[in-house]
Amino acid sequence: MNRHLISAADLSREDALLVLDTADELARVADRPIKKLPTLRGRTVVNLFFEDSTRTRISFEAAAKRLSADVINFSAKGSSVAKGESLKDTALTLEAMGADAVVVRHSASGAPHRLAGWVRGSVINAGDGAHEHPTQALLDAFTIRRRFGRAPGDGTGEALDGLRVTIVGDVLHSRVARSNIWLLHTLGAEVALVAPPTLLPVAIGDWPCSVSYDLDAALPKSDVVMMLRIQQERMNAAYFPSVREYSRRYGLDTARLRQLPEGAIVMHPGPMNRGVEIAAEVADSPRSTIVEQVANGVSVRMAVLYLLLGGLEAAQ
Amino acid sequence: MAHAAHPAGGKPGTGGDQIAPIGRTGSAPGPDLPDQGTAPGVPAPANPKTVLEKAEINRALSRIAHEILERTRGAQEVVLLGIPTRGVPLASRLAARIAQVEGRQVPHGSLDITMYRDDLRLRPARTLGRTEVPADGIDGKTVVLVDDVLYSGRTVRAALDALNDLGRPLAVQLAVLVDRGHRELPIRADYVGKNLPTSQQEVVRVLLTETDGEDGVLLEPVGSPRGRGGVTGRRR
Repeated sequence: MNRHLISAADLSREDALLVLDTADELARVADRPIKKLPTLRGRTVVNLFFEDSTRTRISFEAAAKRLSADVINFSAKGSSVAKGESLKDTALTLEAMGADAVVVRHSASGAPHRLAGWVRGSVINAGDGAHEHPTQALLDAFTIRRRFGRAPGDGTGEALDGLRVTIVGDVLHSRVARSNIWLLHTLGAEVALVAPPTLLPVAIGDWPCSVSYDLDAALPKSDVVMMLRIQQERMNAAYFPSVREYSRRYGLDTARLRQLPEGAIVMHPGPMNRGVEIAAEVADSPRSTIVEQVANGVSVRMAVLYLLLGGLEAAQ
Repeated sequence: MAHAAHPAGGKPGTGGDQIAPIGRTGSAPGPDLPDQGTAPGVPAPANPKTVLEKAEINRALSRIAHEILERTRGAQEVVLLGIPTRGVPLASRLAARIAQVEGRQVPHGSLDITMYRDDLRLRPARTLGRTEVPADGIDGKTVVLVDDVLYSGRTVRAALDALNDLGRPLAVQLAVLVDRGHRELPIRADYVGKNLPTSQQEVVRVLLTETDGEDGVLLEPVGSPRGRGGVTGRRR
């Protein structure tokens, strides 16, 4: 078993399907009276969060606990990091405590990659800067697969071949978008980005997706619309004239919702800015998968933890 | 006995790259360990000996179905749970036979034990099987676990743990198609299709129509004899 999950681009189609199929079996544990499996008993999972997070940290914590692992939560606030400790020294401290897996979120792109060189355990990227957030992409793919009836009935489930996924909004700052583009492409979906030119990265031409600037034109050709959060905390330049204008051109409201084909779904990685990128009525509509995405996150993270930690440790 | 955890094929890991993707390396090429003494679905090596033919399997299952009916007073409140992969079709065959005899459906399902195995850390992460418990659950029922081969008994131990997390059965019984001996735990079967004296240098191969296209139980020599200790010996 390979040791780390740093980027969705590292996952082969086979790996990705294995995670999704495993997550499907593990999702059944949530329906049982005893929602716990003994598989990771005696293993330690450290949640190392240098950035604020609610759902991702809780989701990883729930996933690790359902697999009976010991969980240590570490947030930068109130730790030695606030006193100026470096990432490497923090890593060595965790190493000394015997962490079998480190789930890391950091504001710097590439921090999990660096960390992977310093610790013996598995490193799972829970979001690094504007780089990647692979478990979010996996749970999004899992959600899409379930909604479109491609989850395993008997045997293995299908990939996402032929589904058209439109990712809308702040692609520039979005690690969720990056991970999703790679993973959805690997799984055979056609990915289209719709965003203001100012919110698209420069080297977008190298990515396996199409780019356009007109949401109304893209919606009728979308099976899945993934709305991205306008990341106010990263908006350190004038990317668009006003929030209201952005909302008018790129927000998903009820009128735009009607343009979607029959059976299309609306996703959002959360946290939402209701009324900015997504209207409240859209977020609460039956087409929205936002609450499902959170629930599916636990199953997918259980699958990742099981596949990374459940078996023989990789040759080191 | 958890053959689901034994996918054929798969890809070798991305060698050399430290930050490699997670993958199905569980089936990377390497010394092939006997899957708990059974290795079904793989091309047979030299000198396979057929120990049970299709008709004999049918007769054994019919006899077990009758025994279950006798021992459980007509299979009232009985749930048959097959252990993936090959226990599951066996459980459903037994349910069909009981239905034929009694004219009454017996609930049956599957119980995956992968997450409860005691040897998880000895091999790369395994693919999970399906757990499907009948709607009425198992509380207060007599659960009959069904598997193809009984060998070390460790699968059954894991199954007992797994059952414990699903509910509290009134009683648990065990039905197996083949008991090949060499127990490592104080576990015995209540219903046995065939007692098959084997040496540990032999592999029992079970083929079922549902999973392998034909019925049959074969006894074959292991490629190379293995000692008892260490990971490469008996797998469990």
